[in-house]
Amino acid sequence: MAGNGDGKAIVRKRFLISGIVQGVGFRPFVFRSACELGLTGWVRNIPAGVEIEVQGTVETLDTFQRALVHDLPPLAAVTSSFAEDIPPVPERGFTILPSGDGAKNIQVAPDSAICDDCLRELFDPADRRYRYPFITCTNCGPRYSIITAIPYDRPRTTMAGFPLCPDCRREYDDPADRRFHAQPIACPACGPQLRLLDCAANAIAERNDALAQAIELLHAGKILAVKGIGGYHLAVDACNPEAVKRLRERKKRDEKPFAVMAADLVTARGLVVLDDQEERLLTGPESPIVIARKTPDCPVAPLVAPANGWLGLMLPYAPVHHLLMRDHFAALVMTSGNVSDEPVAFEDSDALRRLNGIADFFLVHNRPIHVRSDDSVLRLFQGKPLFYRRARGYAPRAVRLPFTAPPLLAVGAELKGAVCLTQGDQAFLSQHIGDLQNSSTADSFRHTIRHLAGILEIAPQLVACDLHPDYISSLHAAESGLPLTRVQHHHAHMAACMAENGLEGEVIGIIFDGTGFGADGTIWGGEFLVGGYEGFQRAGNFLPVPLAGGDTAVREPWRMALAWLYRSLGERAFNLDHPVARHLDDTQKGIFAAMLERGINAPLTSSCGRLFDAAAALLNVRQTVSYDGQAAIELEALAETAEAAGTYSFGITGNERLVIDFTPLFQDLLADTAAGTEAAAMAYRFHATVAKAAVETAVRIAGKTGLDRIVLSGGVFQNRLLSEMVYTGLLDQGLQIFTHRLVPPNDGGIALGQAAIAGWQRRR
Amino acid sequence: MNNDLILLGHGSGGRLSHQLLDELIIPALSGIAPSGQDDAALLPPPAGQLAYTTDSFVVDPIFFPGGTIGSLAVHGTVNDLAMMGAQPLYLSVGLIIEEGFSRADLKTVLDDMRQAADKAQVRIVTGDTKVVPRGKADKIFITTAGIGSVGHDIAIHGANARPGDKIIINGTVGDHGIAVMAGREGLNVGTDIRSDSAALNSLVAAIIAEAGGLLHVLRDPTRGGIATTIKEIAQQSEVGITLHEEQIPVNQAVRGVCSILGLDPLFVANEGKLLAFVAPEAAERVVAAMKQHPLGIQAAIIGEVVDGEPGRVRMETSVGGTRAVEMLAGEQLPRIC
Ligand SMILES: [Fe+3]
Ligand SMILES: [Mg+2]
Ligand SMILES: [Zn+2]
Ligand SMILES: [Zn+2]
Repeated sequence: MAGNGDGKAIVRKRFLISGIVQGVGFRPFVFRSACELGLTGWVRNIPAGVEIEVQGTVETLDTFQRALVHDLPPLAAVTSSFAEDIPPVPERGFTILPSGDGAKNIQVAPDSAICDDCLRELFDPADRRYRYPFITCTNCGPRYSIITAIPYDRPRTTMAGFPLCPDCRREYDDPADRRFHAQPIACPACGPQLRLLDCAANAIAERNDALAQAIELLHAGKILAVKGIGGYHLAVDACNPEAVKRLRERKKRDEKPFAVMAADLVTARGLVVLDDQEERLLTGPESPIVIARKTPDCPVAPLVAPANGWLGLMLPYAPVHHLLMRDHFAALVMTSGNVSDEPVAFEDSDALRRLNGIADFFLVHNRPIHVRSDDSVLRLFQGKPLFYRRARGYAPRAVRLPFTAPPLLAVGAELKGAVCLTQGDQAFLSQHIGDLQNSSTADSFRHTIRHLAGILEIAPQLVACDLHPDYISSLHAAESGLPLTRVQHHHAHMAACMAENGLEGEVIGIIFDGTGFGADGTIWGGEFLVGGYEGFQRAGNFLPVPLAGGDTAVREPWRMALAWLYRSLGERAFNLDHPVARHLDDTQKGIFAAMLERGINAPLTSSCGRLFDAAAALLNVRQTVSYDGQAAIELEALAETAEAAGTYSFGITGNERLVIDFTPLFQDLLADTAAGTEAAAMAYRFHATVAKAAVETAVRIAGKTGLDRIVLSGGVFQNRLLSEMVYTGLLDQGLQIFTHRLVPPNDGGIALGQAAIAGWQRRR
Repeated sequence: MNNDLILLGHGSGGRLSHQLLDELIIPALSGIAPSGQDDAALLPPPAGQLAYTTDSFVVDPIFFPGGTIGSLAVHGTVNDLAMMGAQPLYLSVGLIIEEGFSRADLKTVLDDMRQAADKAQVRIVTGDTKVVPRGKADKIFITTAGIGSVGHDIAIHGANARPGDKIIINGTVGDHGIAVMAGREGLNVGTDIRSDSAALNSLVAAIIAEAGGLLHVLRDPTRGGIATTIKEIAQQSEVGITLHEEQIPVNQAVRGVCSILGLDPLFVANEGKLLAFVAPEAAERVVAAMKQHPLGIQAAIIGEVVDGEPGRVRMETSVGGTRAVEMLAGEQLPRIC
């Protein structure tokens, strides 16, 4: 046995580390740490992650082991590590060995914003990558969006067509360099380049000249399509009202807010009010769009986010964004490069075709994007991120399940498509894919499944889908030929929230949602479920009313208002001198009455989202909507302006299953309308009433069942006012509340819940 | 005894049955041989291949703007034959009547059948009548079977669509489904909405005369609407299909009622429509020929067969997107969450 003479014994340890540990500078980090501590041994990539053998004194090995936990490279994420003592061997120095074999457990890193080191170099005239838009290192840059296959190395990325020049090669081969084995590195001599195209695809400038002209065009109010990391953005100067208006007209997007990119954090503070946590999120490697309150003198054009006190804001994350903005623009509108409901363009020929007629010019480059990925969108709730859309920067990061599942595929829902693949206790949720009814999005959905299964090397043994028979995702699942588990929509919402919070056993789920296919064939959405992964009871629900016209009712909130008023007023509801009824002629009134009376294309729904629609229509906030959730969003914005208190009436009936009846609420609202009460106060009281009903119902269910853990899920929990009211109300009752932090409460999180439920049935 | 109503005894096979046949049914459908003579019709064999099909009709209401269950029972079976390129020749008729059904209504239904058959130039050659107790059927159910002849040179079937084919429809979609629903639910939808129920065999003859072997597929988009039928053909022929929403003719009144009902006319039933898949070089000629026929005045090219994933149907929408078209499991269910 070796010894060093002063009594400090030499020991040797072997580590096996899994997680996101490849392609993120993990081996150079291990190499540097070991060398600094004078340890000997080696490190290598293996299919399961990284294997290390390291030898030295007990003390230095302890220091090394602490570094493995606390000083990880920024993009690394360790999901499991194993250590064992092994006999020391005679050896000298520390080496990085070629990759070994073994069982696979690879995780792919998400795309990351440019790091501080690269940013410094980008603007350093002495650096050889000065103003080079594709600067990156092991700690930053594109990953998920450029990987075509595994194992992750350059030939299996979209950088395959760019052989390293001698200078880049030297950095790539030097374990002491921060670009050691950084697959996407490049420089002006060997890497991709920018080009500026006009709308007929003629190249009009290249490289720095392309950038300079792009900046001039933006100054002149032109609309530019800018190729970024996961797709194309449409960019205009956010402070130029004419340019923003033109973009709105061309994008056929009448009212939905545009996201804005601020030049830097200091500028961002002038646009929106930010707290520390929001600033940390904005500046983190994930670089999401954070929804924050506009400052009183926010300089962006009002048309960027009309009828809305909030703004979706992000900071530059790709080098090209910094180059476009620094010293030139305080804020650019950077909205996804698509036409209305189409998915964001990411392939060059496709972008040129589809964005023709919207963009005046195209700032493109020749590094292909392999996987489309939108910007992630979130806001803070109770100091934690609450996702509206989870995509770039987060996907395909795994959520850890509280149990081990067989490899499976969960296909999600329909409108906010996202899929989930599991391996062991890791659930890999894909990026937001979008509305699967759109054919190109459906293609993207199928591609994402193939690609994600490929790079994660997961061969699903079963598949989970929604109970809805006609969702494109359900059809795909049924065609797969694998054993199929159909999961009720709101059960999946509940399970998603449980899974990301690591919960097992039984909980109470308050699921406030748009619409989902119910276990009884009606359409659910205002649900109180009791259960766990294994199953659920419907312990309570909103009183069902007809969803007259199906999906048309979602686009036309007046229908829900009339459905509620019809309950108290009968046919008189149609003759009210009110915008919910005034637009109907006698024929339409007759047909609509028959629909309500006889259930003609009017399935019953307990939807909470539709309850908000009804109130929004009754307060004449919205009779029709042009984007998903618009009525509720504007109703909330109105309520936030109120200085009000109080609630309206509602009833809770039933015993075995509680039914919350909001008929009295609508009578109160109608009376208030007649009395000329301020709409904002009514909107506020409406929120307070729904929250109060939720808390009272949950408390009664908690009393009956003895359960005290409440999970909140469903798209309605994107509503901050309602969420706060429900949260604080439950907290006051001494209940434990679990909310979403890792996946969206909307249908973007459904696949995780489906995976948890299907996986639990066959857990190991 | 009430002479105005059909009684159980009218289906007994006894004297009352014979009376009903001789007094009402046979005179109305005068192609059928008088009762009790023979057990089957003897027919001369036609040239070419035989086409043989059957269909049952249970529509509610039995009288609706644009037709009755009687004409529908003739048109449905005639059209099924015509969609194979067959010339329809003979029909059989099975009647299942609910006890208490009125003789007058029965006569109306049978007269309508006879007229429809005459117009389509087919003969009703055999039949059967049963009466079932009240509640065991709803007024009247009719089953028709049909025989037609197909020339040996004709190869029109659902697996025959080829990339490049143009898809032609002979007029507006959704009329029948909305007319029947309005009748059933008592909706006041005005007078502009009538079932399109019609026999398509003469229109088919005109198409075949114009297109010959360049006509690849014919199908009548009945239940499930044109969306379902086109998806069926995409799967059967293993081809991709692109539709253009703006090119699909829809009657204004139907569109208005669909919009208040929240129904997509593409999924609403038709009874006098056909979809013709025609090689591109013949498409314009076929449309022109169809426009000369009273049932094809609004003929239009609504899409084409494309290379690409077999079985996929995409629709380019009027707002500039592309929607996936799939068959529905049942009725149109809300899917937006
Ligand atoms: Fe949902
Ligand atoms: Mg048939
Ligand atoms: Zn970097
Ligand atoms: Zn280079």
